[in-house]
Amino acid sequence: MLHTVNKSPFEKNSLQTCLRLSQPGSSILLIEDGIYGALKGSDAAANITEHLQDRQFYVLGPDLKARGIDKSRLIDGIEIVDYDGFVKLAVEEPKVQSWM
Amino acid sequence: MKFSVVVNEGPYTHQASDSAYYFTRAVLSQGHEIMRVFFYHDGVNNGTRLTTPPQDDRNITNRWSDLAKEHDLDLVVCVAAAQRRGIVDEDEQKRNSKDTNNIADGFRISGLGQLIEAGIQSDRLVAFGD
Repeated sequence: MLHTVNKSPFEKNSLQTCLRLSQPGSSILLIEDGIYGALKGSDAAANITEHLQDRQFYVLGPDLKARGIDKSRLIDGIEIVDYDGFVKLAVEEPKVQSWM
Repeated sequence: MKFSVVVNEGPYTHQASDSAYYFTRAVLSQGHEIMRVFFYHDGVNNGTRLTTPPQDDRNITNRWSDLAKEHDLDLVVCVAAAQRRGIVDEDEQKRNSKDTNNIADGFRISGLGQLIEAGIQSDRLVAFGD
């Protein structure tokens, strides 16, 4: 299943809720302000680092760029996709759940 | 593959209208089908033709209308959400005795059943919003 998270973990607990309720093996795509959850060394980074073994994380590249975040600042193991990649993930996974 | 998209947030609010638009375009460019885009809650505000953003800003409503024209999209505005927010087509204008209407080209006002139908008949339903 593909989960999208569009809120910063510093604003809402959507990412935490997503991680609590998603199954191992899920794909999680951070979009809009959700990309702040992917930053290395932040207070919220543990959310993702604790789940890296059993979930695949993605960030939406255009939303990173819009916020001036360089890919070097991302937690290692997170993949960057564009909108075409977003669509491909939605096709590959049987369902899409948006956490807002 | 058949997709439907839900937009729950108004234009120029945060980013949902933009994300939904770019996602919809990417779906179409990969040869998939968009069965319906459903505008719900504040998302109905995407469907007023009276918006006039500054010339150097994107016109979110026109952008949807143009995409609908190009790809024959079904852009549906939830009637109950629209009535609350003053989004009016000709039928609603008559029914509620309003002095005008403001629905943009390519949009139509209908009920929540259209969202349920989109959820059942599409392979994927993707929601954007707050």
